[in-house]
Amino acid sequence: MSENLEYLLALLIIIGSVFTLIGSIGLYKLPDFYMRLHGPTKASTLGVGAILIASVIYFTLKQDAISLHEVLITLFLFITAPIGAHLMAKAAIHIATDKVKRTEDYHGEK
Amino acid sequence: MLELSLEIGLVLISIALILSFYRMIVGPSKPDRILALDTLYVNSIAILVLTGLYLKSAVYFEAALLIAVMGFVGTVALSKYLLRGDIME
Amino acid sequence: MKKLLPHPILTLILWIIWLLLNNTLAMGHIVLGGILAIIIPIMTSSFWPEKVCISHPKILIKYLFVVLWDILIANVIVAKLILSNKDKLQPKFLHIPLDIEDPVAISILANTISLTPGTVSCDLNADRTVLLVHGLHEENPQATIDEIKQRYEAPLKEIFESC
Repeated sequence: MSENLEYLLALLIIIGSVFTLIGSIGLYKLPDFYMRLHGPTKASTLGVGAILIASVIYFTLKQDAISLHEVLITLFLFITAPIGAHLMAKAAIHIATDKVKRTEDYHGEK
Repeated sequence: MLELSLEIGLVLISIALILSFYRMIVGPSKPDRILALDTLYVNSIAILVLTGLYLKSAVYFEAALLIAVMGFVGTVALSKYLLRGDIME
Repeated sequence: MKKLLPHPILTLILWIIWLLLNNTLAMGHIVLGGILAIIIPIMTSSFWPEKVCISHPKILIKYLFVVLWDILIANVIVAKLILSNKDKLQPKFLHIPLDIEDPVAISILANTISLTPGTVSCDLNADRTVLLVHGLHEENPQATIDEIKQRYEAPLKEIFESC
């Protein structure tokens, strides 16, 4: 494996782990459920996506044959993460979960 | 180089797992726990893929795929339970 | 032809997923995947009563690239917001009136909103006219709504509702 490629893989892995960690930090420190929802749905999804792309590159080079099946997990996560978030938010609104006092409602115009 | 970055990545994701585990235990509301569980699934996929890279083996892929599928089904089932009070009619 | 392939897009997607799952391009798997991809849509066609129609594939592909780019940007923005001072964030619920009516287009719009900067779609009202969106840090809500409408809703309207 060439030197440059190894740097690229290392970079992808570090970026992925940092974003995954930031998603969980959001889950840990933000004050109410609706705000916590933002961290895991975005940051964690991209983080895991970056790690999986690193895995695709690594195994493709190692086996000398295209190994694309990790793409399946990435695609699956990108499709399911917003659906899960939507359902959880819907459930939270249904059972009237607490929100921070400063949350405002805004009715948009066309 | 690759080895070092993998070790750093494993440590960072372990911290992420601990943070989401804290949220799952503490709550305070039911949707918070579901969200924390969902994050735990995503983080465990990341840790499995990194382990696979670290041990240079492709067998962890199936486990990661299964966690992705089952995790989504679990999240949907728990949210539906909160929405309606039961899962199946 | 219509009886054999009730949902051509679903058939294609199933075929590709089969090949990805087995991680191979061997002839046997191409044939087996093709057979499964034809049989499964026929057996489940009663679950999919409405037909999805895509009128401008070019706009759809352009839309996909715009969304992918926005996901990258969104993540950097959200990461910055999460690491900033949490007491300075101004969360808001936005009620967005919708122009599109097609259910597939609405679900794609809701998923796109969840994946792009600082917003998560939360609820759709019963007659599918208003989408409730939660923003993590909104200073100018009308600008956000205008951007969503113009950047994501307009192309989706063109793709799904002109046929």
